[in-house]
Amino acid sequence: MKVAVDEDKCCGAGQCVLIAPEVFDQRDDDGIVILLEPEPDADQHAAVRESAAVCPAFAIEVIEEA
Amino acid sequence: MSANEQVLNYPIPNDTALDPPAEWAELRGKCPVAHVTLPSGDQATLLTRYEDVKQVLADPRFTRLLNAPDAARLSATEDGGLFNSEMATIIPDSGEEHQHWRRLVGKWFTAKRMNALRPVMARIAEDLIDDMVKRGAPGDLKASLGFPLPVYVICDMLGVPAEDRDRFSYWSDTLLNLTRYGKEEIEAAQAEFFQYMSDHLAAKRDGPGEDLLSELIAVGGPEDGGLNDLQILVTGMALLVAGHETTANMIGKMVSMLLADRSRWEALLADPKLIRTTVEESLRLDANSGFGLPRYLKEETEVSGEHLPKGTTVICSMAAANRDVSAFEDAERFDLTRSPNPHLAFGAGAHSCLGQALARTELQVVLEVLLRKLPSLELAVPVGELERVEGLAVGGLRTVPVRW
Repeated sequence: MKVAVDEDKCCGAGQCVLIAPEVFDQRDDDGIVILLEPEPDADQHAAVRESAAVCPAFAIEVIEEA
Repeated sequence: MSANEQVLNYPIPNDTALDPPAEWAELRGKCPVAHVTLPSGDQATLLTRYEDVKQVLADPRFTRLLNAPDAARLSATEDGGLFNSEMATIIPDSGEEHQHWRRLVGKWFTAKRMNALRPVMARIAEDLIDDMVKRGAPGDLKASLGFPLPVYVICDMLGVPAEDRDRFSYWSDTLLNLTRYGKEEIEAAQAEFFQYMSDHLAAKRDGPGEDLLSELIAVGGPEDGGLNDLQILVTGMALLVAGHETTANMIGKMVSMLLADRSRWEALLADPKLIRTTVEESLRLDANSGFGLPRYLKEETEVSGEHLPKGTTVICSMAAANRDVSAFEDAERFDLTRSPNPHLAFGAGAHSCLGQALARTELQVVLEVLLRKLPSLELAVPVGELERVEGLAVGGLRTVPVRW
C-alpha cells in the first residue's frame, strides 16, 4: 500500500491522526497533515483505509498494490 | 417543476425527539432537489441525498454569502440571524484568504492538542457528574453535564471567564435561534456581545495570556501574516457560539440515543473500545441536528440532473444525507461498530467543521466517564416524552431526565 496526502486540500480536521497516529500527524503551526509513513505496514492498512474514507477534505489517497 | 414536487415548509415539522421525519426517505427517493419555503417565506432548494450534499458542501461555487441581495432569508427577522448577518462576511469565505484564516485558527484544534485536553475534560466531567449525583435522581443530564462541559472547555481555550457563561448562552441563543427572538432583541444582544468581546480583546492586548485569542493578537496584523482586529473579534465570537450549542446539545442527544435502546449502553459497558465508533454513529444518526447548512449559488449549475439557476439558495440536510442507503449499508440501523463512517455531520470540504476534533474528543470523554461512573444510567422518562428545542439552527432536546 502507498499513501499520498494533499496538503492544499487538507482542512486540519485531525480524523486521520485520531485513527492512524502511526501514519499521520498534524503540523503544530497550522494543523495541516504530515505523512509519517508513505508505505505503511500491513497492520496499519485498515486504519489508513478508514482515514482516507472519512477525511472530510478528501485529502488522502490510498494506492493499493496488486 | 417535476410532477413529484410539492412545496414543503422547511424545517420539516417533527413530533418525535430522536426519529427522522418520514419526508426524508421520500425526498431522497423521489425528489432529491426539492423546493421548500423557509420561515421567512422565501424559497430555497433542499438537498437530501448523500452524494449531492457532499458534492455541494465541497464545491466553492456554493458560497456562504447568504447576505447577497437575492439570497433567501432564513428567518422572519430582517437581519436573518447568524447565517445572513454582516458578521458572517468578516471571516474570508473562500480561496487563499480563507485557507490562511483556517490555518491560523486550526492549529488550536489539532487532534494532538485535543488529546492533551482529555485529562482536563475528564476532570470537569467527573466533577459535574458528582454534583448531579449529589442533587439526587432524577437529574437533567443536559443542564448538569451536556451544557456546562463544552462551555468550560471553550471558555478556557479562549481565555474568557466561565462565570459569564449565562450571558454567552443568551447571546449565542439569539444568534442561533431562527424563530424565537425579534429583530430588536437580536440586534441588542449582538451589540452587547460585540462590546463584550471588544473589551475582552483590549484586556488581552494589555495582559496577554496563553489562550487562543492572546496568541492570535500576538501574531500581529495582516502585514505580519495575522488577522485584523475585527477579524480577531469575530473569530472569538464565532468560536464561542460554535463551542456552545453544538456539542452541548449533542451530548444529551447521544446519551438519549444510547439509553433509548439500553442494549447499546450495555454493549458499551461490556466493551468500552466501541466508544469511538459509537460517537461517530450517534453523530450520523442524529435526526435532530438542526437546520442543515445553507449555501448561496453564485453561478448556474446542475445537481442530480436538476438545473439550479445562479442566485439559488440551497439547504444541505446532512442529517437526511446521513441516512441515505446508497452511502450506508443498513442505513437506519444504529451500528456501534460501523467503520468507516464517512457521515456528513461536520460538513465536508474546505469548510468542514473547524472544531470537529474538539467535539469528538468531548463526546468520547463524556461517554467514557459516564460509563465508568454511572453504569446503571437510564432515562427517567419514556423516550416518547423527550422534547425537542424548537427554532434552533442547532437541534437539541429540552431536557434529558436520567436516573442511575
